Amino acid sequence: MDTAMDIKLTVNGEPVAEHVDARTTLVDFLREGLGLTGSHVGCEHGVCGACTVRVDGEIVRGCLMLAVQCDGATVETIEGLSDSGEVADLQAAFEQRNALQCGYCTPGMIAAAQDLLVQAKKNKTVPTRDAIREHLSGNYCRCTGYHAIVDAVEAVAQARAGGK
Amino acid sequence: MKPAPFAYQKARTLKEAVALLAKHKDDARLLAGGQSLIATLNMRLSAPDLLIDINGIKGLDGIARKGKFVEIGALARHAQVEHSDIVAKHAPLIARAMPHIGHPAIRNRGTFGGSVAFADPAAELPACVLALGGEIAIAGPRGTRTVKADAFFKGLFETALRPQEMVTAVRVPAADRNTRTGFAELARRHGDYAIVGLAATARAAGKGLADVRLAYFGVGDTPVRAKKSEAMLAKGDIDGAVATLDLDPNDDVQATAAVKKHLAGVLLRRVAAQLMEAA
Repeated sequence: MDTAMDIKLTVNGEPVAEHVDARTTLVDFLREGLGLTGSHVGCEHGVCGACTVRVDGEIVRGCLMLAVQCDGATVETIEGLSDSGEVADLQAAFEQRNALQCGYCTPGMIAAAQDLLVQAKKNKTVPTRDAIREHLSGNYCRCTGYHAIVDAVEAVAQARAGGK
Repeated sequence: MKPAPFAYQKARTLKEAVALLAKHKDDARLLAGGQSLIATLNMRLSAPDLLIDINGIKGLDGIARKGKFVEIGALARHAQVEHSDIVAKHAPLIARAMPHIGHPAIRNRGTFGGSVAFADPAAELPACVLALGGEIAIAGPRGTRTVKADAFFKGLFETALRPQEMVTAVRVPAADRNTRTGFAELARRHGDYAIVGLAATARAAGKGLADVRLAYFGVGDTPVRAKKSEAMLAKGDIDGAVATLDLDPNDDVQATAAVKKHLAGVLLRRVAAQLMEAA
């Protein structure tokens, strides 16, 4: 039985073909195989959310999915979200409101916040502070106490709703 | 930490998955949502030789009303169940529990069948299926069989599943206008495993309740029925139900047994109020 296999996937819009060990998690593959170190490895058992990435449009724990499971998938990391400008307003709001200090949790936080805002747009709603807290409940920040993070996401949620 | 090496094989059909399980038995693990399995692999609490990925098997993720039952396919993702109109309408207890399961990123991957088969004693869904008096559909090398929830959860992470078998679906009785449900849990952080939780069902009977089923989680090796309290609640005696709670939790990393017992009573009062709403 093979403990490694070939996979083909799309990462941040670019085709990738690699030979990976079956045991390699998605986040380790992204960081060590592709050099995309924006996704962080915190707890490695699904608690902290620092490894949050998007697979086929849905946020997942990069540490609780194997790279081999992503054969044929479309993966987006914070580098892709950032380069496309999709989260530029969230990034600016985080900076403006000091919603990060060490920054370790920020890529996962932005990915989870963007997921909420995409859903809100689809449902034509503006998330409340409670809804923001609940959606970000799977992302640990050990610096800020969350208040500024919720402020930043709320400001962007309102700006996006008002601007449309 | 990183997982120990293992081989990986995608099963395209149920038959193929069962054949692989029959061949490799305890050396293999089924990979469904992976939200518990991959964590245990990462921590090397588990080191199988082979992962059999069942995510590509078609037809195992349906949610449908079938006669008197709601059938939820083993591969239905938590997020899919959470947003299902059929579940909201016909299985309201499960709809109530869904937002408490993990976090959005985890609910996008985790599966209904995986949660039931893994049988974590602090997980919400095994307790819900027990409270509902549901049944678990199982496929194995000798065909299919069905096991009632009351007989499915046998011990700590131990179920009636044999090594060559897998869960294919879970069926719960569809709610009617007399169905009452209640759900509450206490966790350190929203979405974390509960310190104590309670899933409950009952039937409205006149001004009171009948057929009360209370299934606690986080207080034993399996989800646990509190049968004495069920009888008290059916008599409308909430104080009596709390006083007769015969749970025997152990201390764990989250709370002592004494705290858990106290919290179980607190939850019982909250859930009793939910059951009696509009009863």
